[in-house]
Amino acid sequence: MNEKDMAVSVNNLDFFYGENQVLFGNSLNIHRNRVTAFIGPSGCGKSTHIRCYNRMFGLYKGQRASGEIIIDGKNVLDPSTPELALRRKVGMIFQKPTPFPMSVFDNIAYGLKLHGVKKRTDLEGRVEKALKGAALWDEVKDLLHKGGTALSGGQQQRLCIARAIAVEPEVILMDEPCSALDPIATARVEELIEDLKNRFTIVIVTHNMQQAARVSDYTAYMYLGRMVEFGATADIFTNPAQKETEDYITGRFG
Amino acid sequence: MTEKTVIRGGRGGAALADILFRWLSFALAATIVCLFAAFIVILIIEAWPAISAFGLKFPFSSEWNPVSERFGALVPVVGTLLSTTVAMLIALPISFGIAFFLAEISPHWLRGPVGTAIELLAAIPSIVYGMWGLFVIAPLLSGYVEPWIIAHLGYIPIFSGPPMGIGILTAGMVLALMVIPFIAALTRDVFMMTPRNLKEAAYGLGATRFEVVRDVMIPYGKKGIVGAVFLGLGRALGETMAVTFVIGNAHNLSWSLLAPGNSIASMLANEFTEADGVLYTASLIELGLILFVITFIVLGSAQLWLRSGPGGKRR
Repeated sequence: MNEKDMAVSVNNLDFFYGENQVLFGNSLNIHRNRVTAFIGPSGCGKSTHIRCYNRMFGLYKGQRASGEIIIDGKNVLDPSTPELALRRKVGMIFQKPTPFPMSVFDNIAYGLKLHGVKKRTDLEGRVEKALKGAALWDEVKDLLHKGGTALSGGQQQRLCIARAIAVEPEVILMDEPCSALDPIATARVEELIEDLKNRFTIVIVTHNMQQAARVSDYTAYMYLGRMVEFGATADIFTNPAQKETEDYITGRFG
Repeated sequence: MTEKTVIRGGRGGAALADILFRWLSFALAATIVCLFAAFIVILIIEAWPAISAFGLKFPFSSEWNPVSERFGALVPVVGTLLSTTVAMLIALPISFGIAFFLAEISPHWLRGPVGTAIELLAAIPSIVYGMWGLFVIAPLLSGYVEPWIIAHLGYIPIFSGPPMGIGILTAGMVLALMVIPFIAALTRDVFMMTPRNLKEAAYGLGATRFEVVRDVMIPYGKKGIVGAVFLGLGRALGETMAVTFVIGNAHNLSWSLLAPGNSIASMLANEFTEADGVLYTASLIELGLILFVITFIVLGSAQLWLRSGPGGKRR
């Protein structure tokens, strides 16, 4: 595998909530412009794992990580890596849509303004581009100055995706992005993921194994904080190397 | 057949209970409206001699002469508004700072004690604040703070005059201390209600802590924060005992914040018992009516502003 094809390289990642260790020596490589899914039973550390990529845990006292996560040639966990710049490179989508309490336009312009885009015409162009990229433009082009919270749940989630892609990150982390959405909205977000991987690297945590099978190119199976198996999605779902993975996927466990 | 009757009977009872409950709760809610109306009507009736004698001049006249029975509300109205403004100017930034610290920055072990201390401060009776203002704050102000202000900023009219220690500025400072616990505690609660993921979404875009507060937490909690501010404002406008101690109780209209003045509530407390004559009493009651109207306008405009505010309504 070529170094350049890797968007994220994780080596020996440990994670602690205070004294309590919840991730044990996770290592894997996330391929650029591919979708990587994390599956595993609740509490196995999937979300904790991806929250290391943008050092979100740093907001909370007592949470720490050790090991190495290389994004764009820099170790994310190295304190000297500036986190504001890092978070621009790593977008994040949450389980529940998180539109900011401002208009649709401002929701997307917000991240751009934080990163120094000031001119109104530039902002307008990039907001439109981001909304088109998130397949939301046609639905909201007449509602740009309405509150972001007035949209439907599925639209709100795509608004958040538009907000994330507006600042052109390298990696987009999605933490169960469809678990609060109905099947139709879920299908639209999945289509969007398929479309977005041409431009971005996507990491998705999901409880829904069908979803992982549908949208991802690579799948990681985690259990009790350990990376049990990682490989091409087709292999994991049809011919897993580990008995544990097979049991989980076939529903005999978890 | 019997069974059916029994079921229908049960339902009928429940429906009746529901109707009764609806009317009961309606009646309770109506009581508030009636009380409110009764307040206004009685204040107007009791103040009528003054209203008919001085008419529209009353709020704009600075005269207050019980001997010649000429009364005007300008001095206490100005005193009330000024001391409240000073109080809010001091209290708002401090309260927001405290709330932000407690909600976002403070380590866990400190959160509880500081939060409890703030809630205890809110429980101190206002007369204690007043005494403390008179015996501690006023001497400090007249001995150290005000001479400095006069020396350095005395050319601005609002900071001119002798350092008396008591006056509008002192009243404003004591009021600020009294409303800070309210505003800080409520704003902290509002801040803490911001969903964790919403904040993380902003951090995730590369926002700093300050930007997250300014752009996400304050707008998200706008309603609650405005409510907290206006609760504090309402308390400051109507506060009586603490203000009486330190405002100077002088019927004096001055540009200077250092000069003694008077507030509506303090004036009512001081003069009501000694008011003889119909016109004197009626004028004091009209003062009360004016305070009521001021508070009403302040709270009403807050409601209007909230409704028309940017970003639209949040459900």
